[in-house]
Amino acid sequence: MIPETSLAERGLEIALITDAPLTFSRRQAVIHPSRATYLETVAKFKRADYVTCSDLCAVDYLSAKDARQLPDGVAPERFEIVVSLLCLEKTRRIRLRVQVPESDLSIATLFRLYPGTENMEREVFDLFGITFVGHPDMTRILMPPDWEGHPLRKDYGVGRVPVQFREAPGPR
Amino acid sequence: MSENKMTTSVAGSNSHDQLEPESGEVAEGSEGVFDLAARTGGTSEGLAPADATTEVQRMIEEGGVLRLPEENDLDPRQSEVRFGEGETMIINLGPQHPSTHGVLRIMLELEGETVLRSKPIIGYLHTGMEKTAEELTYVQGSTNVTRMDYLSPISNELVFCLAVERLLDVETPPRAVWIRMLMAELNRICSHVTWAATNGMDLASTTMMIFGFRERDLVLSFFEKTTGLRMNTNYIRPGGVAADLPDGWEDDVEVMMDTIESRLDDYDELLTGQPIFRERTEGVGILRPELALALSATGPLLRASGIAYDLRRAEPYLAYDEVDFDVIVGSVGDTFDRYAVRMNEIRESIRIVRQVLERMPRGDYRVQDAKVTPPPRGRIDESMEALIHHFKLYTSGFEPPEGEVYVAVESPRGELGCYLVSDGSNKPYRMHMRAPSFVNLQSVPALLRGGLMADAIAVLSSVDPVLGEVDR
Repeated sequence: MIPETSLAERGLEIALITDAPLTFSRRQAVIHPSRATYLETVAKFKRADYVTCSDLCAVDYLSAKDARQLPDGVAPERFEIVVSLLCLEKTRRIRLRVQVPESDLSIATLFRLYPGTENMEREVFDLFGITFVGHPDMTRILMPPDWEGHPLRKDYGVGRVPVQFREAPGPR
Repeated sequence: MSENKMTTSVAGSNSHDQLEPESGEVAEGSEGVFDLAARTGGTSEGLAPADATTEVQRMIEEGGVLRLPEENDLDPRQSEVRFGEGETMIINLGPQHPSTHGVLRIMLELEGETVLRSKPIIGYLHTGMEKTAEELTYVQGSTNVTRMDYLSPISNELVFCLAVERLLDVETPPRAVWIRMLMAELNRICSHVTWAATNGMDLASTTMMIFGFRERDLVLSFFEKTTGLRMNTNYIRPGGVAADLPDGWEDDVEVMMDTIESRLDDYDELLTGQPIFRERTEGVGILRPELALALSATGPLLRASGIAYDLRRAEPYLAYDEVDFDVIVGSVGDTFDRYAVRMNEIRESIRIVRQVLERMPRGDYRVQDAKVTPPPRGRIDESMEALIHHFKLYTSGFEPPEGEVYVAVESPRGELGCYLVSDGSNKPYRMHMRAPSFVNLQSVPALLRGGLMADAIAVLSSVDPVLGEVDR
């Protein structure tokens, strides 16, 4: 997809912007900032002309803890926030994967840097239950507001989940 | 202009100060325990009464302050839209309204005929397709994704299959690539004429509606002939396409292109030059380029604002780097520009399809890799091994190596991305679709702000949301 540049060259380019650990997944550049440096790292990329945040989603690695290769020094946690940033000028994409522990399900919002993440962060909150600190409207977006549970978590049942209707009369 | 800029930047820092304390508070209180009812109840269902919301909160809701890049922050006091001077009224547009293109509900606060604030409320069509995808094998996966954006099923299948192929590291044969490109462009034409039809209906041009659906049917008939289905085709599969093009497809496509091209001139006569249409669309719902980028808008919505970003050109996939076409951009970013961009994109797609007609390579329409491709039908009758192979492929499928990948294509609505995580089993561990309609919908409050209620219909239509994709 991305015009072929040698991976080493691309690595150097990214090293100029951030020193977070870098890996390549199927020739796509991925960096692994910690939760504490997440916002700062994204801000650095924004200053480096990554003008748009094209995607933000989460993955629950509950049943596949070992299925991912993480660089040294990055401890695997249950949840991961995956953010794709896009630089229009040079057509570069960068993916950030941030570990979010189950014991503290919160992470800083990107809303201040990229207002377009508003819906995507609400979706992650709705389907995974991860709170984005500082988001202006942290409410459910796809599920009904009083729904219990977060459907895309791996410990949420599949099939035969009774539909919860609000104010529905009981069975006659 | 420069004077204006200075005052807004000063004012911008003000509004930040007011909102800053929030972050500190939540960080302390987050203990991982979720009181769901308290956290999620109430507000997502709509707008609170106008007098119960603070000025800053209002600006957040109607998209004035925080949705702009930091340097363009507006001061609530400087906004052209005034609050609380007259009687305001909160009304629902949708979910059952012909102009909402499905089950979109928008809450609007009106003062007379002017829209002060708006908030799209979605989720009525949410069926958990991303969860479903985790339960389907990679072979079955394309049947699921094709139902997301029901106006451009081919793009959905395409992005899913490209992601799977990238995980597998499989290269598709040239004929499959060009067939995919042909189908994707036909789908773009089909989707844009359908948009023209529904947009025409929203602006009370019922003739346009009939015309648009007539042209759409030409393409759908060809889809039926090629894939067996008119919608939700499941034609593009990992490794290639489901079947070769039917005999005589060149003639069909040529006639179809000539017909649609000549009918585009009818559209011009009917809408483009028509004073009523222009009056209703010109200067209505302007989206400035920096705002479009900040809101992550893509597709015709972004290009109409003057940013020439088209994934087919910027990050060529399939064989888009081998065909000639222009990326259409608008200059003002109003509703008329979005109409013009789409109409001209149809012409560009016709250009691409004609080049595909000339240059369609011969050869296999799917990769000859026994791991991902079922044996030909004829072989199953004569060979036990082929029968076993066929059975294995359709029951357990194939297992891509561990890893994760994000692949994006240009769907008729914008950047359609697929983030796929494999844990080495035969089902995706996680499949996330970056749906362009879902993201583009965030621009609606910014577009509607300060406009007339009657224009809201035209503006909403020009964003072209497909609710199947918004809610997934």
